[in-house]
Amino acid sequence: MVRQLIRVCAVVVLSFSASWAAADTIKVGVLHSLSGTMAISETTLKDTILMMVEEQNAAGGLLGKKLEAVVVDPASNWPLFAEKARELIEKEKVDVVFGCWTSVSRKSVLPVFEELNSLLFYPVQYEGEESSKNVFYTGAAPNQQAIPAVDYLMNEIGAERWVLAGTDYVYPRTTNKILEAYLKAKGVADKDIMINYTPFGHADWQSIVADIKKFGSAGKKTAVVSTINGDANVPFYKELGNQGLSAEDIPVIAFSVGEEELSGIDTGPLVGHLAAWNYFMSVDADVNDDFIDSWLAFIDDEDRVTNDPMEAHYIGFKMWVEAVKKAGTTDSSAVQDAIIGVAVPNLSGGLATMMPNHHITKPVLIGEIQDDGQFDTVWQTPGTVPGDAWSDFLPGSMDITADWQAPLSCGNYNVKSGACSGQNYE
Amino acid sequence: MINLKTLVVLAVVVITSASTAAFGDDFDSAVNELNTRSFDDKLEAASRLATMDHERVDVVLQALIDGKLYKKKGDDTVVVVVSLEGGGYQLTDAASGEDLGKVGRRGAKKISVNNKLRRQLKGLFASRQLNVDDPDARIAAVQAIINAGDVSLREILLERREVEPVEDVQDAIDVAIVVFDLDSKDQAIKLAAIKASAYNLDSNVRVKLTAIVSDQSLDQQLRDAAISSLANIEELVERYQWIETLFFGLSLGSILVLAAIGLSITFGVMGVINMAHGELIMLGAYTTYVVQTLFPYALEYSLLIAIPAAFIVSGLVGIAIERGVIRFLYGRPLETLLATFGVSLILQQAVRSIFSPLNRAVATPEWMSGSLEIVQGLSITYNRLYIFFFALLVFAALLTILQRTRLGLEVRAVTQNRAMAQAMGIRNTRVDILTFGLGAGIAGVAGVALSQLTNVGPNLGQGYIVDSFMVVVFGGVGNLWGTLVAGLSLGVVNKVLEPAAGAVVAKILVLIFIILFIQKRPRGLFPQKGRAVES
Repeated sequence: MVRQLIRVCAVVVLSFSASWAAADTIKVGVLHSLSGTMAISETTLKDTILMMVEEQNAAGGLLGKKLEAVVVDPASNWPLFAEKARELIEKEKVDVVFGCWTSVSRKSVLPVFEELNSLLFYPVQYEGEESSKNVFYTGAAPNQQAIPAVDYLMNEIGAERWVLAGTDYVYPRTTNKILEAYLKAKGVADKDIMINYTPFGHADWQSIVADIKKFGSAGKKTAVVSTINGDANVPFYKELGNQGLSAEDIPVIAFSVGEEELSGIDTGPLVGHLAAWNYFMSVDADVNDDFIDSWLAFIDDEDRVTNDPMEAHYIGFKMWVEAVKKAGTTDSSAVQDAIIGVAVPNLSGGLATMMPNHHITKPVLIGEIQDDGQFDTVWQTPGTVPGDAWSDFLPGSMDITADWQAPLSCGNYNVKSGACSGQNYE
Repeated sequence: MINLKTLVVLAVVVITSASTAAFGDDFDSAVNELNTRSFDDKLEAASRLATMDHERVDVVLQALIDGKLYKKKGDDTVVVVVSLEGGGYQLTDAASGEDLGKVGRRGAKKISVNNKLRRQLKGLFASRQLNVDDPDARIAAVQAIINAGDVSLREILLERREVEPVEDVQDAIDVAIVVFDLDSKDQAIKLAAIKASAYNLDSNVRVKLTAIVSDQSLDQQLRDAAISSLANIEELVERYQWIETLFFGLSLGSILVLAAIGLSITFGVMGVINMAHGELIMLGAYTTYVVQTLFPYALEYSLLIAIPAAFIVSGLVGIAIERGVIRFLYGRPLETLLATFGVSLILQQAVRSIFSPLNRAVATPEWMSGSLEIVQGLSITYNRLYIFFFALLVFAALLTILQRTRLGLEVRAVTQNRAMAQAMGIRNTRVDILTFGLGAGIAGVAGVALSQLTNVGPNLGQGYIVDSFMVVVFGGVGNLWGTLVAGLSLGVVNKVLEPAAGAVVAKILVLIFIILFIQKRPRGLFPQKGRAVES
């Protein structure tokens, strides 16, 4: 059995390396988990990049060369992410990497990219408090998702009591810390905020939902801000439905539930619950319809959906292509300089611009879940919002700013002390 | 005379047709006005629609609530759509009901509805449902009107109250009117409403009472009455919460029992530590998915078909594992542990390759959705209730097999003393195969139940393997009663701790408790007795 496995592995590795042998191409690394717990979300992103590469080649490649995708599988194993990143950069000599999903995987590869001075495009909404010279954050920072979402609930829904429910790891903890500070700054009392953390993959939501129900029946409009991650959402929403908590009583706004996650749920009881993203598949724009058509054709499955991190990869890839054209080379430092200020169309009909802090401008959309598993946009920011790497609501990070243009060239410049505190500021 | 009669009839006909025509125009324009960006304007148009006596009003309102009302691109006709398989929509003109053919995905745009509007629309729709024949539907309509909180609907309720024949519906309407009266400007009416709400657990009532208590501008007498009513309600809620927690615990416990009971047999009888047990559960859940995909029209019965199917699938896979791997490793627990762990990884990746790494949507049949309201304010969700009884049923069936059948006798004999049983002519191999198959099959059945509660994905099993081992070890290896008692009590303890300590800490506390307990009683709650065990 074991010997057989080894043989299978060997064949796979050989066939992969054979396809890598083509000469004189620009190599694009794809660092997404294709097995393990995160495969559910990350496989789609790998396919997105493969599609973008194919399209770019069909349009004549880049700098007169063909693009070639190099796919590795870090298997949802955080230390393996760092190893695979090193393999991509040192052994495969890729010019750029698109990858990672969880914050911990990004933190794991960060030193590798900085040491080897390569480029990483990170497509997922995250907790902020980071800006690396080598990383481009095409997902939302908290001020492009969490803060506008809370504003929407406060102003449009009239929420006065808040449940911050999250999975117990770094993204929800930091986001909730920022939100708590923000809510208190807006005059919400301590007793009107309930914070709840659950383990990964939590399945038994009975008592927590009952708690929320109780918390919500105290006479003020209550809303739930959910940073519950991936899988655990299904039983959570099921329990909400079964205990009769409808979106009209207590709306739940989620930051990690997109079209992909909803495709695994019977969405009937969820109708009206909310999500905040920077893109929905239902967005009404010609460029989006084109993207959906080419995606469905590429993946050859009419039932597949598109989602926000896919759009982030779409934007990131286009930005990288533009920056390479502008710099005339794929050299990391040249691309880093060239990409700031590059603007490409996003999928909702606007423009995304790379800011000096390596975050991009995005519109913020609030959508309500529909019974076909899609979101219906009920509110959106009038223009785009530039991503803020360092939150203005946390005591430690208020005074920090990031600017990768000369003369500052610093990811965490303290405007008060006038010092750049180095990469590893926490 | 005859002429006169004809004339009257003629006149009546003319007048009614004229009025429908006028109504028709109104109706058409109201439908068209639904197509606007402003939610307030939509509500205004919908409110007008709700008062009209047109046959298509209900269709249009329902479509708007369900998000099936679109506008056709190009001429902006308001249409009701049906999504077609493989993209695109089938359009029907909302106003006339005329079939407008099919368009692609880009051919129509949804008329969006937000939560606030949907709640109000449900109230409007409900106000039209007060006259339907089914009394339960009328009660539901009254509840929707309470939730909508639209005071203008109060009059409609009062009208209906006059003619309502069924007592239950009368009561519901009375409650609704009390809820509306809590907002009344008239002191006396308001006071009476507050007093009448003392035992009303409807959440709308609590919201309004709290608002009255905190409103400084109100009369002290009103606020005192509200405080005492609220205190009453709180006391009731508190009492119900204990019952609820107990049920939550039993429900969690029953799931633990279901997941662990198969393991209890294999672990207990054969001494095999089967790390792939979780994946056998997962296979059961996927079997449910496959059954639902194969019989899309028998959704209501799909679970009943899935139970035997999952038993067979998981049982066969279990037997294959036993024959293919475990039988070479009897008596070497460490190797078995590693080998079955490898099997579990293979099974996970196999499922990933066959079904994709994405979770599969398993639908919940109608009879398992929602909750059973025992009294107002105390309800139990159906899916958990059924699963609780299902767990007891599985337990009873397994107990019967072990106590009353030939196989059970042999299994018990092998459990107590393998060598002696062999000497008595029991074929060990056969017993091993059947026991492992039985344990694996039960795991599959547990998977069917879990598919109704959690994600059906490749990682389903991993979440339950540790808990299952915990239950088996706590209850005493090889003892079914031990597994039942251990599972249920761990569930209850977990749920009692959870509100105070949080989900993460509650789990840790339970784990620490078990570690300490095992220190004191290494063989669990119900240890097996006999010389074979002692040695």
